[in-house]
Amino acid sequence: MAHKSDLIAEDIEGYLRAHETKSLLRFITCGSVDDGKSTLIGRLLYESKLVFEDHLAALEADSKKVGTQGDQLDFALLVDGLAAEREQGITIDVAYRFFSTEYRKFIVADTPGHEQYTRNMATGASTADLAVLMIDARKGVLTQTRRHSYIVNLLGVRHLVLAVNKMDLVDYSKDRFDEIVEDYLAFADQIGISRDRIVSIPMSALAGDNITERSATMDWYFGATLMAHLESVEIDRDDETLPFRMPVQWVNRPNLDFRGFSGLVGSGTIRVGDDIRALPSGKTSTVKRIVLPGRPGEESDLKEAVAHQSVTLTLSDEIDISRGDVICAASEPAEVADQFRATLLWMDGDDMLPGRTYLMKTGAKTVQATVAAPRHVIDVNSLEKLAAKTMTLNAIGSCNLALDQAIAFDPYGDNRYMGSFILIDRMTNRTVAMGFLKFALRRASNIHRQALDVNEAARAEQKGQRPVVLWFTGLSGSGKSTIANALEKRLFAMGRHTMILDGDNVRHGLNRDLGFTEADRVENIRRVAEVSGLMVEAGLITLVSFISPFRSERDMARERIGDGQFFEIYVNTPLAVAEDRDVKGLYKKARAGEIKNFTGIDSPYEPPENPEIVIDTVDQSPEEAAEQIIAILKDQGVLPE
Amino acid sequence: MPLTHLQRLEAESIHIMREVVAEVERPVMLYSIGKDSAVMLHIAQKAFFPGPLPFPLLHVDTTWKFREMISFRDNLAKELGVDLIVHINEDGVKQNVNPFSHGSAVHTDIMKTQALKQALDHHGFDAAFGGARRDEEKSRAKERIFSFRTAQHRWDPKNQRPEPWALYNARMHEGESIRVFPLSNWTELDIWQYIYLENIPIVPLYYAAKRPVVERGGTLIMVDDERMPLHEGEVPVEKMVRFRTLGCYPLTGAIESGADSLIAIIQEMLLTTQSERQGRVIDHDQSASMEKKKQEGYF
Repeated sequence: MAHKSDLIAEDIEGYLRAHETKSLLRFITCGSVDDGKSTLIGRLLYESKLVFEDHLAALEADSKKVGTQGDQLDFALLVDGLAAEREQGITIDVAYRFFSTEYRKFIVADTPGHEQYTRNMATGASTADLAVLMIDARKGVLTQTRRHSYIVNLLGVRHLVLAVNKMDLVDYSKDRFDEIVEDYLAFADQIGISRDRIVSIPMSALAGDNITERSATMDWYFGATLMAHLESVEIDRDDETLPFRMPVQWVNRPNLDFRGFSGLVGSGTIRVGDDIRALPSGKTSTVKRIVLPGRPGEESDLKEAVAHQSVTLTLSDEIDISRGDVICAASEPAEVADQFRATLLWMDGDDMLPGRTYLMKTGAKTVQATVAAPRHVIDVNSLEKLAAKTMTLNAIGSCNLALDQAIAFDPYGDNRYMGSFILIDRMTNRTVAMGFLKFALRRASNIHRQALDVNEAARAEQKGQRPVVLWFTGLSGSGKSTIANALEKRLFAMGRHTMILDGDNVRHGLNRDLGFTEADRVENIRRVAEVSGLMVEAGLITLVSFISPFRSERDMARERIGDGQFFEIYVNTPLAVAEDRDVKGLYKKARAGEIKNFTGIDSPYEPPENPEIVIDTVDQSPEEAAEQIIAILKDQGVLPE
Repeated sequence: MPLTHLQRLEAESIHIMREVVAEVERPVMLYSIGKDSAVMLHIAQKAFFPGPLPFPLLHVDTTWKFREMISFRDNLAKELGVDLIVHINEDGVKQNVNPFSHGSAVHTDIMKTQALKQALDHHGFDAAFGGARRDEEKSRAKERIFSFRTAQHRWDPKNQRPEPWALYNARMHEGESIRVFPLSNWTELDIWQYIYLENIPIVPLYYAAKRPVVERGGTLIMVDDERMPLHEGEVPVEKMVRFRTLGCYPLTGAIESGADSLIAIIQEMLLTTQSERQGRVIDHDQSASMEKKKQEGYF
């Protein structure tokens, strides 16, 4: 790799020993091609002697052919400048690059700077210890600089370098540099970046001033070069001084004699004999062993482990801990809660649907989170808070989240590892958002439900029946309500206690504030799921007749009610048949464009994948369908034989 | 004393492996017998210590690997007591697909890419660990650690899941799978230094020795067995050579070298001026070739 160190040739073992103790710095470069970002990264790679001759030969040829620097090497070409990527139609994304010097190994997240790539930049910044903010000395602090600073600060990147580049084009003027720095620091104060986190360096990536070599021209600058700063900035203590946290990834139980809890230490330090508390259970114990096999001949146990280390802990007591639980320092445990205020950065092409339940992964735990409508979104250019009903790709906003169970957490501002999460769409499985926990809206310890003496079981027993939800789903005009009506008459005749929730009727009352957008349909179903849940608790056999077009919401209802009490009945009438019947004349209007978002026409219907019951309405009358359902309910023990 | 960069890399790789084992149904580790696989396997043993590996190893054998690779593989599997699956594309064997008459592109596609898909489908593996690193090649630099594949095993570089922090999304539909790269953030030097520090056994082909080679198109090819057709007037000569990467012997260029110890290899690597994949014939057979291969299901 043409590392120019005499040690390599003379004393390779000495060289390796020196390199064995290198630390790791991850940083992100923010800026656009025009600011000289690619030139800077290219030069860092080149100056750290990481460019091979075969690559260099290609670079020389390319520089002459398409370079912008005359006969000089165009370093930007080394890192696949974004312009080139765009021309070739190659994905514009986060690219990771690597170089190392005698003191450190560096991982650079190279991300595009334009607003439409906010999510890529945020992804790159999420693991960065430091951000290099590129500024063109001729242009000064721009809207883009402010946006990048906001994102970097949101992600909690600790150290910032204000890289005032292209100083050669402003005659290496100290006044210009000072002016830009003053300007920037004033802005940084505004968004709450303390000045001790910022180091400003005047440079020219193109000419090589203050990159690895001190600038001969800018003798008025006494600070470190960029490389010297990257090599020396203190990073390692940051996470180790926080309270101990380790989310349990995997319970290692190879035999009866060993039961270990494996995970990556997210923050803090742990030693053998330390007291720990497992969350959310709150059970306590003591660390017996810290297992991580060492090099050959070394012991497989450690005396202590620190942040960023992957280990396996064994405890003195047999306490129940499973994947997703967090092992904490007993004296400084994390908080436990199930409702949060959070900041979200939306990363998917499909908009957020307020009221929908998404999967939320934090640490090693995946739970369900229902996302409320945003309280506001941020205009990343003006930093204004704007009202919004939803969040679109790259939007950053503040939302409330309600989880289906309590989790251990720390606010993101205190602990990046414990306060970060992603949201996953349950249907597409895509990662749709990254999020930052701000604070708990209520503590789990305060939300013990009122224990009632007369409970669901008692009410059901009084009525002598098993309460269930019979959830009819299908296209408009498929026959849901007609069948539900026929079924209720039969059940009533059998002496059962029943109730029907019908889509049209509920929309006249409880849900009259809702329209037919995707978001409103989600909320419509959420409310009906809640109400039918209460009906079941009241001991009733509840018939729900709603189009309920989205699988995700029907699954939400199933989870709300509970698997054994929820019967999904798919009224499977083909669109052509339903449209032909058109009892309410709605299809005609939808076809004529008079009704928008009509299921089956211009809004999707997602058929159930595993419904308990499927009804064929083409060859069956509603009464026959009702008999079919009764037979199945008898078979399932819901109704007596 | 802060963690060293190798400790950080090792911890990250362990974390990735444990996430996969916890979240997917049937993981497998692609074992190519090379140095990166050696490191990956070594780290996996640490990750699940004192338990056994919770997944099998899979080697896709093109039937054109160096003989020393195969014997190394079989010995290691026996010694470590790991579950090793060897898969060969028997259709390809029947059609006598080989790098000479079919060319490197067709051979690699049928005996490696297609064979891999066959094996993954046959065993129903939904996650496969691979030893690829982001510093190897431009298209790898932007690939995710959890790299999602369609039911047809295709990679869609424009539609990758964002991967912030270390929160990996392993959710998938029936038939889909993920390729997982625990060594994404390692460089070639990191790999060698780790092998040195941890004393990890590697295939002897990495060490310089006298081996019979012929020179073709500026590349030294080792005559590993009698299947290698010699051109007219071509006579194998014994040279002190070694290999920087290992693959199918007719497609892997040797370098002339006297480095016969680990330390000498590292020294040579640090002083060399050529990139690692420069000895690979398949990367050069078309421009942007790796991105294309990867979209089609190559690792």
